[in-house]
Amino acid sequence: MNNTMSKLTLQTEGDTHVVVTRHFAAPPEAVYRAHTDPELLKKWLLGPEGWTMPVCINEARPGGAIRYEWTNGKGGGFHLTGKYLELEPNRRIVHVERMHLPDPTPDNHVETRFDPDGAGTLMTMRMTLPDAQTRAAMLATGMEQGMEASYVRLEGLL
Amino acid sequence: MADPTRRAILVRLTEGEATVAELAEPFDISQPAVSQHLKVLEDAGLVAHRIQGTKRPRRLEKAGIQAIDLWLARLRESLEKNYDRLDEVLAAMKPERKEATR
Repeated sequence: MNNTMSKLTLQTEGDTHVVVTRHFAAPPEAVYRAHTDPELLKKWLLGPEGWTMPVCINEARPGGAIRYEWTNGKGGGFHLTGKYLELEPNRRIVHVERMHLPDPTPDNHVETRFDPDGAGTLMTMRMTLPDAQTRAAMLATGMEQGMEASYVRLEGLL
Repeated sequence: MADPTRRAILVRLTEGEATVAELAEPFDISQPAVSQHLKVLEDAGLVAHRIQGTKRPRRLEKAGIQAIDLWLARLRESLEKNYDRLDEVLAAMKPERKEATR
């Protein structure tokens, strides 16, 4: 855990949105590229420890498709599909996405901005807050993931 | 809250009161392990119990602990892991990037 170094802020905006900010020590061009280059996305957009993204389709143009497939290597997995709506290179991305658990969750509308911040970048991501039913479905998936992580930890202790 | 098992227990308790056996059952985890997690959660004031015969059903101590808080906590945890990895990806990209012009 590295919480003292954490630069992430996460706030709800009314009942409908979540706004996340994070500073990166790299210019907007680099952070934007890391968000749109499949080979780079596969290195970091992974969620919990131990998960990989064997399929990463990312067509960074308006109307372009997004498809990410994750696996935990133990038979567990899910995928996400979406579409690019607007792209301002190195500045702003608007896209829509949904998770398949396996039923599709309601569309999550996401706007991501990359603003110069000193020598680095302030990223601001504004996304739709899923409804209570969707949150419960997503948490249920997380429980399985969490339990797997705890098994690993228990094995280490015994 | 950072521990995934304790978070899973809290998520289950948002649905209502549950015994140690009920909390352990769906996850195939030992009851002593669940009891240890429950002790941490009780010490933190997040979970309370009552005596019912030989059972001690657990409940959320604070009504303020809502599923949304757990969802947001998990989102934060997932994003922090992702962006810590992205820091490393960006550091590895540096040799090939041009000087920023501002």
